[in-house]
Amino acid sequence: MKKKDLFLVGGILIIALTSMLVIHLTQRDGKQVKVTVDGKIVHEASLSKNETYTIPVESGENKMRIKNGYVKMIDADCPDQICKNHKKISKDGETIVCLPHKVVIEIMSDTKDNELDGMTN
Amino acid sequence: MTKKIALNGLFVALALVVSYIEVLIPIPTGIPGIKIGLANGVIMVLIWLTTWKQALIVSVVRIVLAGLLFGNPVTIVYSLAGGILSLIIMILLKKTKAFSPVGISAAGGVGHNVGQLTIAVLLMENAKIYLYLPVLLVSGTITGVVIGVLAGTLITKIPKRLMEI
Repeated sequence: MKKKDLFLVGGILIIALTSMLVIHLTQRDGKQVKVTVDGKIVHEASLSKNETYTIPVESGENKMRIKNGYVKMIDADCPDQICKNHKKISKDGETIVCLPHKVVIEIMSDTKDNELDGMTN
Repeated sequence: MTKKIALNGLFVALALVVSYIEVLIPIPTGIPGIKIGLANGVIMVLIWLTTWKQALIVSVVRIVLAGLLFGNPVTIVYSLAGGILSLIIMILLKKTKAFSPVGISAAGGVGHNVGQLTIAVLLMENAKIYLYLPVLLVSGTITGVVIGVLAGTLITKIPKRLMEI
């Protein structure tokens, strides 16, 4: 291991940890849930109301549940099951993505939130 | 030529086996994209002991076959983006001669995550997916360092004449 390796590894870690801290400090609690399939909005719901929703996807089925202010993908018949194994989310800007079915579940702080806020908050 | 094909086949097989081992031991973090990256170790050995072209061929064939055999055909494009970006970064960093396999592997691991996430952002048309990047930078660096130590040892132990064609 050379000295420059340490700079490289250290540099990446410092950038990562700083941005983690910034995200953690600035992230608000979520209020709304937006579900998109292939970029189109298919469902919007309040995070404070418990519900189970079956997301309409062409090639299968994804089922999500809102419970006590958290969203979780409780069922999916996609091949990789990554979305189902994803931890539950509750904070503004957090997402659960199902790549094979092109599903994105996204938490927003309010209904008027847009992409720009999401990137700069 | 024949020897080259045989050698590449051997390394594709090796990379596939380690990919399968990774499928068998998932890391249950609840965050997608955290992987050990064992296959990257095989690719690194190829970059050091053969040519970047061979590393590229083995890497692409490995990703496509692993996706078809025990992964998910739909997500091959994501793995390819990660794999190719990772490889480009590692080849360029090696050319600078400033880094050891440990640093190069860490950069490669991080490159894999960046490539994969960028394709996800583009295809899903949702930039918020980038919020996962910091966590993945940390995990990619840690696993990259571990694989780098491993591959660095292998590179010095494997006699180079075995790879000469």
